[in-house]
Amino acid sequence: MQFDQLLQYLLSGLSTGAIYALIGIGFSIIYNATGIINFAQGEFVMLGGMLTLLFLETCKLPLWAAIPCAISVATASGILFERLAIRPLRQPTPINLVIITIGGSILIRGLSMLLWGKDTHAIPPFSGEEPIAVGGATILPQHLWILGITLLIIAANKFFFYYTVSGKAMRACAYNRRAAGLVGIDVRRMVLFSFIISSAMGSVAGIIVAPLTMTAYDVGVMLGLKGFCAAIIGGMSSGGATVVGGLVLGVLESLGAGLISSGYKDAIAFIILLLILFIRPQGLFGKAQSERV
Amino acid sequence: MKKRFVVACCLLCISLLSAPVSFAAAGAIRIGGLFAVTGPAAFLGEPERNSAKMVVDEINAAGGIKGRKLELVTYDTAGDATKAVQLATKLIRDDKVVAIIGPSTTGESMAVIPVAEKEQIPLISCSAGIKITDPLKKWIFKTAQNDTLAVGRIFEQLQKQKLTKVSILTVSDGFGSSGREQLKAQAATFGIAIVSDDTYSPKDTDMTSQLTKIRGIKPDVIICWGTNPGPAVIAKNAKQLGLKIPLYMSHGVSSKKFIDLAGDAAEGIRLPSGKVLVADVLPASDPQKKSLLAFVKDYQNHFKTEGDHFGGHAWDAVMLLKGAFENGANTPAAVRDQLEKTKQFHGIGGTFNYSSHDHAGLGKEAFVLVEVKNKDWVIVK
Amino acid sequence: MNRDLIKFLAFATLILATPQVLSGSYLMNVLLFVGIHTMLAIGLNLLLGYAGQISLGHAGFFGLGAYLSGILTATYGWNPWLAMPLAASVVGGLAFLIGFPILKLKGHYLAMATLGMGIIMYIIFNETIGLTGGPSGLSGIPAISIGSLAFDSDQKNFYLIWSFTLGMTLLTLNLTNSRIGRALRAVHDSEVAAQVLGINARLLKVQIFALSAVISSIAGTLYAHTMTFISPTSFGFNFSVELLTMVVIGGLGSIYGSFLGAALLTLLPEFLRGAQDYDIIIYGALLMVMVKYMPGGLVRGVPDLFRKLLKKRGARHA
Repeated sequence: MQFDQLLQYLLSGLSTGAIYALIGIGFSIIYNATGIINFAQGEFVMLGGMLTLLFLETCKLPLWAAIPCAISVATASGILFERLAIRPLRQPTPINLVIITIGGSILIRGLSMLLWGKDTHAIPPFSGEEPIAVGGATILPQHLWILGITLLIIAANKFFFYYTVSGKAMRACAYNRRAAGLVGIDVRRMVLFSFIISSAMGSVAGIIVAPLTMTAYDVGVMLGLKGFCAAIIGGMSSGGATVVGGLVLGVLESLGAGLISSGYKDAIAFIILLLILFIRPQGLFGKAQSERV
Repeated sequence: MKKRFVVACCLLCISLLSAPVSFAAAGAIRIGGLFAVTGPAAFLGEPERNSAKMVVDEINAAGGIKGRKLELVTYDTAGDATKAVQLATKLIRDDKVVAIIGPSTTGESMAVIPVAEKEQIPLISCSAGIKITDPLKKWIFKTAQNDTLAVGRIFEQLQKQKLTKVSILTVSDGFGSSGREQLKAQAATFGIAIVSDDTYSPKDTDMTSQLTKIRGIKPDVIICWGTNPGPAVIAKNAKQLGLKIPLYMSHGVSSKKFIDLAGDAAEGIRLPSGKVLVADVLPASDPQKKSLLAFVKDYQNHFKTEGDHFGGHAWDAVMLLKGAFENGANTPAAVRDQLEKTKQFHGIGGTFNYSSHDHAGLGKEAFVLVEVKNKDWVIVK
Repeated sequence: MNRDLIKFLAFATLILATPQVLSGSYLMNVLLFVGIHTMLAIGLNLLLGYAGQISLGHAGFFGLGAYLSGILTATYGWNPWLAMPLAASVVGGLAFLIGFPILKLKGHYLAMATLGMGIIMYIIFNETIGLTGGPSGLSGIPAISIGSLAFDSDQKNFYLIWSFTLGMTLLTLNLTNSRIGRALRAVHDSEVAAQVLGINARLLKVQIFALSAVISSIAGTLYAHTMTFISPTSFGFNFSVELLTMVVIGGLGSIYGSFLGAALLTLLPEFLRGAQDYDIIIYGALLMVMVKYMPGGLVRGVPDLFRKLLKKRGARHA
């Protein structure tokens, strides 16, 4: 077991984990504002990648222009999704909301399949493919982009939620929707906001990861699942805890694959998660709460 | 609100009723196709369905078989074994086909085999798993080259270059696990030692961990067995890590698509492939050349993309059936008997010679070893 | 109780009469899967609809039942009638043990934990190649037989599967109408209040979890012997979600609802097949429309719809 090998596992794990974290935060933001676990979150990640491809290849835009276009279209579809699927619901019980987002994700995936076909597509990296050596391990420039953008988004999130009126209002909704409504916060608008933010973040995650992992109409399922796990490890917080959750998941997978068994790497990650949950049923970072009856 | 619901219901009913009900044209010969057109194996199913439809249309345009039209009923199995079994039953019971082409994956084929055997309908599988025709089953044939042949082709080359320490990295689905089994089984025969054995999941997005581990083991060669996009990710990861170890892939990625996905990282990668990939540079003496060029040209004209050897499996299957029908076979039993007598059929996958003890019908000349050079495939001499 | 019994008998007669109409057609084959899915949906409904505990990992129990009896019969030559109870008790025991720590969790943590459990089981099916055949699957599973009567055709399997499904239906109907059923509903509404009333909520939840796993396992055994071939892809996360959808679309807390949900989602792809590549879009859209217009599931939504239609007509006549 050499040091550079271990370092490589850690670096690979952290960069995969950063993506899980970004997707996970998208889950948490919607969950906190609405109580919905949005199973369609992964599809916005897919839309980010596929739309970038569309603007690059079909519209022949340069990369710097294609990316904002892709984010805006993905965000628009997030708004559409909220308006058409979530808002008109008559009995928004959590389980009905789960099914409707599952229906939505199948629909989005099906439409993308018809639109773009079933092939996998490559997207050029933002700045070259020359590996960068970091103390015996190597990473790609794209990994730096991923880490950088993830940090930037988390910082922006922090700023939004703690220093702007809308952000504070959304936090109020997360604590207690009825009380938030009573003090004059438009809860429905906050729900829409949460969909805008999380679909935009999901699509950004999809775009920055696509040059490494390539993209296809069905990449959203697995990435969504992993992001969901990250969010839960982080106790559905929309801040640092989910980031740690994503990074922990990424590193566990990477170490599991390298040191124990590549076939069982996902199982190893999940077994550790289960053990954590068994010992701390309130989540990794949650404080034990007394239940209100 | 209510009105909208009624409208939605009506729309649903209409869409259900308008489901095309197929009636057999008088005297038409009806064959069935089961392809994984959607789902994880769509990269197999779609070209297969396209090729099968294309060649059936061509046969009919040229006047059919002995004046009778050929009719193809295809269903999408979505790569799911349960669906494949249901649809095979549907083809046999409701559509009353005389023979079935497909399914696309080994898992589905294994699930459908008991149905075809019980109902006594000949089935020509388009999947590669060796278990499909070994042990021999009376009603089951296949057109896809056995994994054994692909593995053999790589190991022969390694033996020639005296490379003996091999690390394998396979995808954990039906394709990868069949390859993994064959790689391990045949290594000893060629004097090769498998020094590490790793896998990755079909949807994994980063394989640097596995490659880092392999780098520590220092093998002579890495063999990766998978289908797009995994191997392209592996090629990129290997480049990122600066691996200097030669990388071999499987025939699962033998298409231009792989080079598109992997970009510069594909340079120098070798793999065994059906001849369709290099049809235009084959010597004129190659018996398959005529079929190959015709297939590639037709596919390009019809679908605006390159035909690959997956589509070729379905093309071969239809042509084999055509041969059986031309020899006067009318009933499923007669089709089976005629198929078994097929000799020297030069198809896309190779030259087929079926017999009462071989329902795979291909020899090792079905594969050539190719290498990526300047974003194109060249034959390794 | 009497009315319930009449309802059940009518349901059973209706089901058992179908082969007379559909004999020899392909729909018979689909109805086998409706039966298996109904059984699974009933099992999950006990947990979700009655005890109020979500599970995103039930495909794992289904798979474990299928693999255990598949391996015992195909590899070790056991009689399926021995393998089925053994598989069911192993799965039930396992669920009972996992149940204690897992059902301590609530809400999305429970969803996550059951999801993880399902994925771990899927990975085990995939990776223990020596036992399960790995991704290429396990073939050569014999059909179930009684004496010289082998259940090897759709017609015979229909009676086999549906006698199990109807048996389960009767059993769960009885259970939910008993003291246990009432206790379960109390736990569903408020765990603390139930405990105050002297119900051991924790043990009860775990028992129901184990029972629902046992039902899934038996369904798995029947599935394995009907298909005679199994592979891991049939037991993945997607199938867990599909089961959940069946239960919710059918109607939470209704046994007949589970049948409706299972029947609709199993038959739907057959009707959508005509729509070719558009089927997946229609499927997704339909799920959303169903939840929007029938939030209580088919079992409450369809009668509501009729009532509304009748009212409308009545109003017009008046």
